[in-house]
Amino acid sequence: MTPTVVLPVIIGGLYAAGVYLLLDRSLTRVLLGFLLLGNATNLLLLSAGGPSGLAPILGYAEADEIGDPLPQALILTAIVITFGIAAFLLALIYRSWRLVRQEVVEIDEEDRRIARRSATDADDIDPDDLAPEDRPAMHEDTFAADADVERGLAENYAGIPSDDVDLPPTRGRNR
Amino acid sequence: MISVLTPLPVLLPLLGAAAALLVGGRHPRTQRTLSILVLGSVLAVSVALLVLADADGAEAISVGGWPVPLGIVLVVDRLSALMLVVAATVALGVLIFAVGQGAADGDEETPISIFHPTFLVLIAGVANAFLAGDLFNLYVGFEILLTASYVLLTLGGSAPRIRAGITYIVVSLLSSLLFLAAIALVYAATGTVNLAQLAVRLAELPEGTQLLLQSVLLIAFSIKAAVFPLSAWLPDSYPTAPAPVTAVFAGLLTKVGVYAVIRTQTLLFPGGALDGVLMWAALATMLIGILGAVAQTDIRRILSFTLVSHIGYMIFGISLASQAGLAGAIFYVVHHIAIQTTLFLVAGLVERQGGSTSVDRLGGLATASPVLAILYFVPAMNLAGIPPFSGFIGKLGLMEAGISDGGWLPVVLVAGGAVTSLLTLLAISRVWTRAFWRPPAQAPEGDTFEAAAQDSGPELAPAPLPEVQEQAEPAGEKEPDSSPSGGRALARRAAWERHTAVAMATSPVTDGLGQDDPRGPSLEPLPRVMVGSTAVMVVVTVALTALAGPLYGVAQRAAGDLLDRTPYISAVVGLEDAP
Repeated sequence: MTPTVVLPVIIGGLYAAGVYLLLDRSLTRVLLGFLLLGNATNLLLLSAGGPSGLAPILGYAEADEIGDPLPQALILTAIVITFGIAAFLLALIYRSWRLVRQEVVEIDEEDRRIARRSATDADDIDPDDLAPEDRPAMHEDTFAADADVERGLAENYAGIPSDDVDLPPTRGRNR
Repeated sequence: MISVLTPLPVLLPLLGAAAALLVGGRHPRTQRTLSILVLGSVLAVSVALLVLADADGAEAISVGGWPVPLGIVLVVDRLSALMLVVAATVALGVLIFAVGQGAADGDEETPISIFHPTFLVLIAGVANAFLAGDLFNLYVGFEILLTASYVLLTLGGSAPRIRAGITYIVVSLLSSLLFLAAIALVYAATGTVNLAQLAVRLAELPEGTQLLLQSVLLIAFSIKAAVFPLSAWLPDSYPTAPAPVTAVFAGLLTKVGVYAVIRTQTLLFPGGALDGVLMWAALATMLIGILGAVAQTDIRRILSFTLVSHIGYMIFGISLASQAGLAGAIFYVVHHIAIQTTLFLVAGLVERQGGSTSVDRLGGLATASPVLAILYFVPAMNLAGIPPFSGFIGKLGLMEAGISDGGWLPVVLVAGGAVTSLLTLLAISRVWTRAFWRPPAQAPEGDTFEAAAQDSGPELAPAPLPEVQEQAEPAGEKEPDSSPSGGRALARRAAWERHTAVAMATSPVTDGLGQDDPRGPSLEPLPRVMVGSTAVMVVVTVALTALAGPLYGVAQRAAGDLLDRTPYISAVVGLEDAP
């Protein structure tokens, strides 16, 4: 068997270019990178078959003269699979472009949202410690009942001197 | 008998898919009946295969009559038969759930003429991967199920699904190419792709070559099985798909990867060369996965992270390379397929009932739908490993195997497993207390507003707020008045009003997942078929507990076969000798 340097160089070059393109944000480049990687892998399969020979057709050549037919069968299958998936990926890229007018790998908003969350859990924050406009919906009146009681006390017993020097500051929004 | 049945789990869904595509759009009812019948018969065949394989041991058939090293070989042993049974069971449950959902929705969202054939092709791919007797057929099985999963994940083609789908597809493609390159290397080194022949020939290779081949194969399979650090794609891509699709993905697809890892580590490379690396990977998968789950607020994402995390348990069992460890891993795979599918189905019901899957928005589900609460609670406790459920039995088996192994690393992993189990309990009980028990009025939507403020600029954010408060107040006031009899209706009403208020406030903002049901929370009772199929799946998970004894027996015998290796090899070699 004569070792050939051409196939390994081509395979290595295709892998390098494919990985480079795959790392790009642009989806078309990712697709091209995938196609290069697919071709590189097919060539790798071909070189796995050993030395080259005549076409493995029955009656065309003797058994010891033909190339190994199994990798060729595997390559054919792999080509068909790559072809189908590349077509599907192309359709997805087109769809992505139609939807958002760009064809890049997008940011996962949910990830960003989780990362932005403060260390404290939302449930652990007392809404009354926040400024009114920062409070989540439905929390506006958490202490409304307290405020009502205090307001009632202040109205009903306005003239009567109290033990308290002055009423504690109302925590809810003043009405 | 077994040779007649073996090709059926692959053939039946493929033929069924073709037939379902033909009757397609014109006869949706026929299509539904057909798919359910096909999966039902696949289940029956798988059960028969399991019984036969458990009685007679492994058996191989040569498809198409080609001589063994050249033709395609399908092999049934205890492990593959057991996996087939579980896969067929959850697939049938999910299909019935999807039929119920399609009937309730009038099929607007999922084009049903595509869904059923694709789903059947997916199952054919899964079955092919479990039965494959050579590496290239395993690759083809993976490609069949992955191609079907690409279509299912991007059903409807909405923007979030396209975004998630592209991530998923690129990662899957990369792992497939790695697998194909590994096949090329294996063929170059040994001159065969037949698993049984490889089992003999790989051992004759130099140690360095063996290690290289093993690493490339393991990396390719670990991407599919979502083992840390190759797991980041999963929680990004799974949660956006329709509920039944996510459920079947979560249950089955990663487990096909785990199955391939089991075969690699036992049949192809029994030397245990990379067991230490696998153990560290298992520990990292468990801990980092579950920490991710604790940080999330969306139920589907929480479940996706627990899915990643619990893959670690299976890898742990495999890396022990003892009969007890493998038996624990196999039992855990079976348990986890059923439980994770069920929980994702329940998440689908939660989304339908509450209009969202974010625990920051949900509340009062236990009042609105007590049935749903039970359906969530039972599998959730099972996932966390609370006795007496099957999750506890699986974890106990793995931990016993780890302790009896004797080394210090397995003990570290046992401790990591216990911590993971507790953190799982934390993650799922947070969903339980918040989404189910908290009054809807207390759901903090603060994060959404924060996001709104940051996304749309400070001057825009305060504008929607007064509107929300005005709208939300009646709902809040109604809550205390609710009499016990009208409680449910009022809770639903309150949840609905709260949701519409939130929806109006957040309408300019695109939600991270874009998953909120546009129709808002449902005031109708949940569709019966969906609840029924989920309930059946819950019963199946409980039945795993009741049948744990026999099941663990099968798992142990399967693990024994795996370590022995001769049943598998002699089944295929015996085929070679036969005329």
